[in-house]
Amino acid sequence: MEWANQLCENRQFGSKMTDSKYFTTTKKGEIFELKAELNSDKKEKKKEAVKKVIASMTVGKDVSALFPDVVNCMQTDNLELKKLVYLYLMNYAKSQPDMAIMAVNTFVKDCEDANPLIRALAVRTMGCIRVDKITEYLCEPLRKCLKDEDPYVRKTAAVCVAKLHDINAQLVEDQGFLDTLKDLISDSNPMVVANAVAALSEIAESHPNSNLLDLNPQSINKLLTALNECTEWGQIFILDCLANYTPRDDRESQSICERVTPRLSHANSAVVLSAVKVLMKFMEMLPKDLDYYGTLLKKLAPPLVTLLSAEPELQYVALRNINLIVQKRPEILKHEMKVFFVKYNDPIYVKLEKLDIMIRLASQANIAQVLAELKEYATEVDVDFVRKAVRAIGRCAIKVEQSAERCVSTLLDLIQTKVNYVVQEAIVVIKDIFRKYPNKYESVIATLCENLDSLDEPEARAAMIWIVGEYAERIDNADELLESFLEGFHDESTQVQLQLLTAIVKLFLKKPTETQELVQQVLSLATQDSDNPDLRDRGYIYWRLLSTDPVAAKEVVLAEKPLISEETDLIEPTLLEELICHIGTLASVYHKPPSAFVEGSRGVMHKRLPARTGSGESTESPDVGTAAGGSAPEAAPSIIPSQGDLLGDLLNLDMAPPTTTGPPPPNTGMQMGGMDLLGGGLDSLLGGDIGGSPAMGAGFGAAPAVMPASLNAPVGGGLGDLFDLGGGVGMPMGAYIPPKTVWLPAMKAKGLEISGTFARRAGVIQMELILTNKAMSVMTDFAIQFNRNSFGLAPAGPLQVLTPLGPNQTIEVSLPLSTVGPVMKMDPLNNLQVAVKNNIDVFYFSCQYPISMLFVEDGKMERQVFLATWKDIPNDNESQFQIKDCHLNSDAASSKLQGSNIFTIAKRTVEGQDMLYMSIKLSNGIWVLAELRVQAGNPNYTISLKCRAPEVSQCVFQCYEAVLKN
Amino acid sequence: MIGGLFIYNHKGEVLISRVYRDDIGRNAVDAFRVNVIHARQQVRSPVTNIARTSFFHVKRSNIWLAAVTKQNVNAAMVFEFLYKMCDVMTAYFGKISEENIKNNFVLIYELLDEILDFGYPQNSETGALKTFITQTGIKSQSKEEQSQITSQVTGQIGWRREGIKYRRNELFLDVLESVNLLMSPQGQVLSAHVSGRVVMKSYLSGMPECKFGMNDKIVIDKQGKGGGATGQSIAIDDCTFHQCVRLSKFDAERSISFIPPDGECELMRYRTTKDIILPFRVIPLVREVGRTKLEVKVVIKSNFKPSLLAQKIEVRIPTPLNTSGVQVICMKGKAKYKASENAIVWKIKRMAGMKESQISAEIELLPTNDKKKWARPPISMNFEVPFAPSGLKVRYLKVFEPKLNYSDHDVIKWVRYIGRSGIYETRC
Repeated sequence: MEWANQLCENRQFGSKMTDSKYFTTTKKGEIFELKAELNSDKKEKKKEAVKKVIASMTVGKDVSALFPDVVNCMQTDNLELKKLVYLYLMNYAKSQPDMAIMAVNTFVKDCEDANPLIRALAVRTMGCIRVDKITEYLCEPLRKCLKDEDPYVRKTAAVCVAKLHDINAQLVEDQGFLDTLKDLISDSNPMVVANAVAALSEIAESHPNSNLLDLNPQSINKLLTALNECTEWGQIFILDCLANYTPRDDRESQSICERVTPRLSHANSAVVLSAVKVLMKFMEMLPKDLDYYGTLLKKLAPPLVTLLSAEPELQYVALRNINLIVQKRPEILKHEMKVFFVKYNDPIYVKLEKLDIMIRLASQANIAQVLAELKEYATEVDVDFVRKAVRAIGRCAIKVEQSAERCVSTLLDLIQTKVNYVVQEAIVVIKDIFRKYPNKYESVIATLCENLDSLDEPEARAAMIWIVGEYAERIDNADELLESFLEGFHDESTQVQLQLLTAIVKLFLKKPTETQELVQQVLSLATQDSDNPDLRDRGYIYWRLLSTDPVAAKEVVLAEKPLISEETDLIEPTLLEELICHIGTLASVYHKPPSAFVEGSRGVMHKRLPARTGSGESTESPDVGTAAGGSAPEAAPSIIPSQGDLLGDLLNLDMAPPTTTGPPPPNTGMQMGGMDLLGGGLDSLLGGDIGGSPAMGAGFGAAPAVMPASLNAPVGGGLGDLFDLGGGVGMPMGAYIPPKTVWLPAMKAKGLEISGTFARRAGVIQMELILTNKAMSVMTDFAIQFNRNSFGLAPAGPLQVLTPLGPNQTIEVSLPLSTVGPVMKMDPLNNLQVAVKNNIDVFYFSCQYPISMLFVEDGKMERQVFLATWKDIPNDNESQFQIKDCHLNSDAASSKLQGSNIFTIAKRTVEGQDMLYMSIKLSNGIWVLAELRVQAGNPNYTISLKCRAPEVSQCVFQCYEAVLKN
Repeated sequence: MIGGLFIYNHKGEVLISRVYRDDIGRNAVDAFRVNVIHARQQVRSPVTNIARTSFFHVKRSNIWLAAVTKQNVNAAMVFEFLYKMCDVMTAYFGKISEENIKNNFVLIYELLDEILDFGYPQNSETGALKTFITQTGIKSQSKEEQSQITSQVTGQIGWRREGIKYRRNELFLDVLESVNLLMSPQGQVLSAHVSGRVVMKSYLSGMPECKFGMNDKIVIDKQGKGGGATGQSIAIDDCTFHQCVRLSKFDAERSISFIPPDGECELMRYRTTKDIILPFRVIPLVREVGRTKLEVKVVIKSNFKPSLLAQKIEVRIPTPLNTSGVQVICMKGKAKYKASENAIVWKIKRMAGMKESQISAEIELLPTNDKKKWARPPISMNFEVPFAPSGLKVRYLKVFEPKLNYSDHDVIKWVRYIGRSGIYETRC
């Protein structure tokens, strides 16, 4: 309160005083004084007193004792005073609920005031008072205000519905406010529309399955019209809402894009970014050969560049987003490298982001310019920035082969500066360059070794040790160098210890005669004196390997390493897609899905980009490879692109990436559902020889969170035995099982062919697979893993292929599935992405399962419940389908459907038409109600489906069709 | 949406605190103070996540404005809102300072109540706000006035109130450009761009419908088919507009039409990279005489109409760190060696077009054993010229007010062009 006292003095000096004097009341007994003033007869004095109260409240003092006195001032014509009292009420009503009731009457009265400003003020404030009793009284005035003649009152009331929903969601639904809110979307006033959209969007977020926003071409058209007329903020609300819509086909997509592009010229950057989001999303649906597609790409670049002339904070937001856009669609900004050059006066956060984007845009065409810039940056003052610049040089070398030599010489120059952190950073990146271009630049090793003593960071030490171990045969005093590290073995970080262990084993295998003592020393240090299980396990494995079969040890430890790929820090494709759907928001700034930083149910819904060309999507047979619209199966190259994704986890390959991006790596572990298939300690060794060094991987790469974190990752093979899975010959229960189809052709999987189907047997979902080896060599070590999917399907046990699969051999396997895995909405809903690994490689395919697999046995609904539920589900959720050419009578159909857990609850015959009422329950608890109409002699059935989650209807219908026709 | 808004002074004391959402507790105020304002390290990002709560902040002089949320809000919107909030406060009480904020805290709370409802930004145009949020308290209004206020606040033209009257209808257009250049010693342009703004100050009665025309290449080419050459046109890379401009109309016809806010507004911003008129050419000549002496000669040439005058010309010639003494001779203006800035600063008050001037300097160096060569930073220049280096010309600004009896001819219009140097550098 020092400044308050100072101000007090100021007053004594007669300086001009206004409201700041209210901040000065801090003496003892002031509450008492205030009380007296609040009850004063003089209006002015009252107002002064309330101002003092608000000032105290602001600085965090508890003035709740004055509640009754302040509320007494509420009845006034003075709008300014009224607002102050309201402000007080909002703060303290919750702590004094009984007293707050006193205010209700005034609110209700104010809601009927002749002045619209007062009506709006009352309804706005009332919504902020979170006291149950007051909320009850709020409903009537709110209902009136939602239909008020004045738009100002309506726009305020629209927001109030969102407030009320936050306090008591049930009440809002019961009172029918949601429908009124929906009506406001068609209001004549654009601001009312905008606020209604904002409120509905937020409410819809906490009801992922409700069809609240009900976006359809008509409502979209209304929104697009309002877009031209409302305030900048309203435009943002509307654009953000539009981004949630999925157009039906490419034509609709194009027409929306055409109407959104004018927003790219708005002065408000948030409007521009939200428009970019809509365009980036809808562009997915446009065919690439369309002229408009090219036009749109060209239109996106200039506004993105313009964002960089905004204030620095906005530049930062823009750059974080551009980083995503560049990864998704590099072609947009490929010619704009220069605008990302760092300016001397940029704040550090802008500099770091620009640097990141520069690397992403680096190509053979512009590499000379980029390198010149990076060299400049490496001499700046900010340590983080310099480090990043040095790493960037290494990344350039890896990305653009032609520049590698120049990069290496630049790095050597930098090492000559002897600036400690520059040297360490340079060594770390040089290690990666060695990985990328083996046997090319090893001449620099001598220079590196000179700097051995100055390395004090674990990462740099580990990198140096790796280099020494890897090139032990070329370094004369490799044993001395490594020995020197060994002295302080226990003080080193785990990363360095693991690296040292591996390096010394490598050295031993290369120069066995001179280094026997050294290797024994390190093995005993690792196994006997260390309590780190990773280190100990690795030590033991080396030890046993060396003692049982040195030749094998050599093959394992000195195996040829796969090259590291150019882009190692790309965001995992599914995450990238999700983030693209969140352009402009916090998620895009953090590069994390909203679920990683938002509590509760909000924002947990995963968003996905729409699939290209929305038509022709309802394929019945799973189409291999590209079904998921350019996600994992398509994008996965033979070199694993980034650590932390599903596939990396499968093999636990540690592909040490050269750098990480600026912010802390996203905590992706929880979405990955990673499963440690190889289990136990073995993988740390296996990871070691394939990936070079697991320890380094963990250190350079992202968080250790990429380790298995899936809730239900089944470890160990016991589970599978519980279910008798004798080669997939289950007991036919009458349930429909689609014929097996080829999911993975041998051509695409180095000789492994997989065909299969899904079945539900005795309540257990099974994936029945036929694996055929069409290659010349034996296949072993099979394992399977699913990507997140709509219903959380996950293997309930490991893939039981116990004997190696010889050439031309076929094996049938049944894999029991559980439905408690990680969930992500897929398109189509029943799409499943699968990765299968064997000793040769990892293969990906996607298939679609009949949703009837998920129909559970206790899906028979009580008649009464059925009736009530049918009525309760809004008619909008009803969808109708035709089943043609079906020659069963209604009873036969009913019993056939029963076999697939579709239960007939009642039957009614009206004028020769049989009406069957059926219920289905999905494994995740969703109920689907159906009405099947069968006309005697007419082979065409009509079926109506009602469900709270209408998106499943299409799949359910497909099941009906499949079951009835087979 | 925005869960709360706090304003702190430089010490981290709260001046204003307004919480909009229930999920933001009082401790959020302290969390920001402790983790950002009082943080030991300089802030590395304008967005901070503390215990699943996100804070956005901007600083104005030594005042911190922070918005806080627990949701996945539109981050760009939050920053735009914070800037807007600053604009509104400035429009109401001038500079954003601790004293001004304390003096106006009641007003600020009132504004916050109006422009942010449950964390959703609402109309925040000062023009509209000033009609019903005043420091003097609202006088009793007639019913018509009230509904006029509300329809204006929520209306399509939220930035302008109705019933404005001026005896003299007048408008001022300023075309303000900053020209940026990086040139090689040989005179080759490495990169050049102009970023420009059109600022409009209007004092017009009623609700005037305005149409702004400039020599935009796309428009001229379209018209050119009928009319023939109409002088120079320019290619605009990108432009953005004040929210009063009808964007869909611009997108479809490339015509800029709007109803302006009363008073000053930034009508548009634009960027051009082609056919830029570079007002000055700098020709450097640096000769190293032995290891302890440098000879520098710099010629500047003005490259515009002789009738025009450039002002506030300043040429900054960097000198090596080990400079011990400098002798300068210049034909025009004044030149001085500033040791603290490691540069020779040459100032010329005025210079007409198509002229040339020269400076030569001898720089004495201290011998050093630093092997590293002097990096030779570029020579930079500042100036102001009375034309637009992009070549942009205002072709017309038509005003229509159908309801009042003044026509386009009665409006007095002033157009001014100012070109300033941005980063204008020549390598030597």
